Amino acid sequence: MNVLVYLVPLALALGLAGLGAFVWSMKAGQFEDLEGAAHRILDDDDIKGR
Amino acid sequence: MSSAARDFSVFVRPGTDGAATMDLAVEGIHCAACMRAIEKGLSSEPGIKGARVNLANRRVSVEWEPSLASPERILDKMQAIGFPAYPFSINAAEDQERREEKRLLICLGVAGFAMMNIMLLSVSVWAGNISDITPETRDFFHWLSACIALPAAFYAGQPFFESAARALRARAVNMDVPISLGVILALGMSLVETMNHAEHAYFDSAVMLLFFLLIGRYLERMMRRKTRAVASNLAALKAETAVKFVSETEIRTVPVAALKVGDIVLVRPGERISVDGVVIEGKSEIDSSLVTGETRPIAATQGTDVYAGTLNLVGTLKIEVRAAEEGTLLSEVQALLDKATESRSHYVKLADRAARLYAPVVHATAALTFIGWMLAGIGWHDALIIAITVLIITCPCALGLAIPAVQVVASGALFRARVLINSGEALERFHAVNTVVFDKTGTLTQPTASLMNGEAIDKGLIALAGRLALTSRHPLAAAVAKASDAREPVPGASEEAGVGVSGEVDGKPAFLGKPEAAGLAFEAGKVALDYPSASLIAVKWGDMGAVIAVGQRLRSDAKETIGALKARGYHVMILSGDHEAAVREAAQALGVEDYAAGLKPQEKIARLEALKTEGRLALMVGDGLNDAPALAAAHVSLSPIEATHVAQAAADAVFIGEKLAPVRQALGVGRKAHRLMMENLWLAVIYNFIAVPMAIAGFVTPLIAALAMSGSSILVTLNALRASKPEAA
Repeated sequence: MNVLVYLVPLALALGLAGLGAFVWSMKAGQFEDLEGAAHRILDDDDIKGR
Repeated sequence: MSSAARDFSVFVRPGTDGAATMDLAVEGIHCAACMRAIEKGLSSEPGIKGARVNLANRRVSVEWEPSLASPERILDKMQAIGFPAYPFSINAAEDQERREEKRLLICLGVAGFAMMNIMLLSVSVWAGNISDITPETRDFFHWLSACIALPAAFYAGQPFFESAARALRARAVNMDVPISLGVILALGMSLVETMNHAEHAYFDSAVMLLFFLLIGRYLERMMRRKTRAVASNLAALKAETAVKFVSETEIRTVPVAALKVGDIVLVRPGERISVDGVVIEGKSEIDSSLVTGETRPIAATQGTDVYAGTLNLVGTLKIEVRAAEEGTLLSEVQALLDKATESRSHYVKLADRAARLYAPVVHATAALTFIGWMLAGIGWHDALIIAITVLIITCPCALGLAIPAVQVVASGALFRARVLINSGEALERFHAVNTVVFDKTGTLTQPTASLMNGEAIDKGLIALAGRLALTSRHPLAAAVAKASDAREPVPGASEEAGVGVSGEVDGKPAFLGKPEAAGLAFEAGKVALDYPSASLIAVKWGDMGAVIAVGQRLRSDAKETIGALKARGYHVMILSGDHEAAVREAAQALGVEDYAAGLKPQEKIARLEALKTEGRLALMVGDGLNDAPALAAAHVSLSPIEATHVAQAAADAVFIGEKLAPVRQALGVGRKAHRLMMENLWLAVIYNFIAVPMAIAGFVTPLIAALAMSGSSILVTLNALRASKPEAA
């Protein structure tokens, strides 16, 4: 059971990291335009050397 | 539009490091290529620091350096790229809505995170309970769960706790009261049980409950915000401007939103008056059909009150903007509107009605369970735990989703049918309607005028009339010009205000204007008999002449829609402010027997009240200022997108396009949505019938609670998805 000593904090840390990422993307306005984001992926201007 | 400079300063907001930003509503963005074209096109302009398209809202946000670029240049550039754009400012209500939505989404994220992590621990405990978990490990897991659940629930539960506290302070019960109580008791009991080294803790149930309920709450909010965004886009696309005197002599085109009481605006012939006010200079005739339903023009001189939405026909007017004052039509309408809105707020939403029934039953059941087990002698501790599990299992998880899920799917279906709904509540109202009341002008008829006897007149003569009409700004002339598709004006033609346009074509005198001035008064009388609602205009060329009837045609599918409504068993009525002959003509053409003409706003309300006492609940469809009180007083109301502001604000939903079919579809979707809501409520009740006896008997473990909650929530959501296919109506 000693494995729990680092597995449990690890699980919590991963979860918190996920939540942190969600809140950050939310604040950065990434959920403002979900429809547009789906289309933007087709835009290949970000590929260099074309 | 005019030589006056355009002024967009009201729309510009200061951005970061001295830059300025502005939001634009844009027509016709729907693909990646459009987004790219707009963003690239704008960014290539000097001085523009950034442009970002929001596809969901059909908007563009532009940021620029004020010294290098201007709003005018940006709008011209958008026009050049092929996407006409209209500036607008996000109103306070929409902003508030967006902040609320963000907050709910973060709450949802917190609840989701907490739920998953607690579930990880809970599953271990459940598995361990039937195998070999040691009590120490279980306690450790329970404590860990408590550490996650308590702060998470404290944060994510706020929307419910606040609303429940508000309701209790107002001595009422809404759905949030049993929810809050359930969550708090579940957490408290679990904490005590954890201290007592018990086998079961319900931290996962409490947080899962919050998670599902927040989904429902978020959906509801999202739907409301989305329709509001579309509605304010449409308002921006109308791009209502006014020509304002900034000094004695200088004029400037400003958006209507920037006008204040006391400003003086100039309205030229053929323009729509965009403000409420009083004429201070000039003489003209005004077509107020959009406002009062009356199709005959009325004279306007100094001192005449004019209303936004009316059309200036012949002369240039100077108008001073006035607020609603005692004794004007506007203040009368406003007073009636307030009264109607007040009486309507007595309507109780389906969800709240369910909560009123639900909360006492649930709380009584829990209390009885406690007393029952106490009498059975199992001790107060165990009895209390069983009573609390009853509260947890009955917590209205499915009930909380039952209605918003249907609302979201149904409003999506309405959206596709080109109906924008103001509130989810309106959706519930459609089903009880058994009478449909239409206004005539602008609702049953098209909002713009067209030729009514075009087929009966020589084509050459109409073409000539069209060419003459290009010289005039009079709306009748505009309708003639549009119908004849004329391109080149008659050279040398001149207009005499209030009489007509005269010129010379192929050496013969040509004239377009008042039938009396053309010497065609007798013919005009004959045409008037056939088209009592039309305005007449005569064309004369040499010895040829004809009288053209210009009027509002019925919407292309009006007859079909009314027929279908009647076939469905709805009683159809027309209540109009227009004169008898015009209304009779429309009613006969559409096959409506029940109609009334020349009604004032209060008389329209009186008719609706009379219907109500007969047990008829009415859907009112109208567009004019005079319809606004009736729209608010009716059980539910719709208005076309061209309607006056006051009418649109009073209506529950707005429909877009020339066709009347959305009225029918709205009723169809509403009926289906109501049926699905009821089904969902019954599903929630059935779930309780199965789960509650188990809870009372003390058989419910956290595992069963989790399965029951998620199962019933998924079931109602799937059922709600069926609302996307409306039944034929």
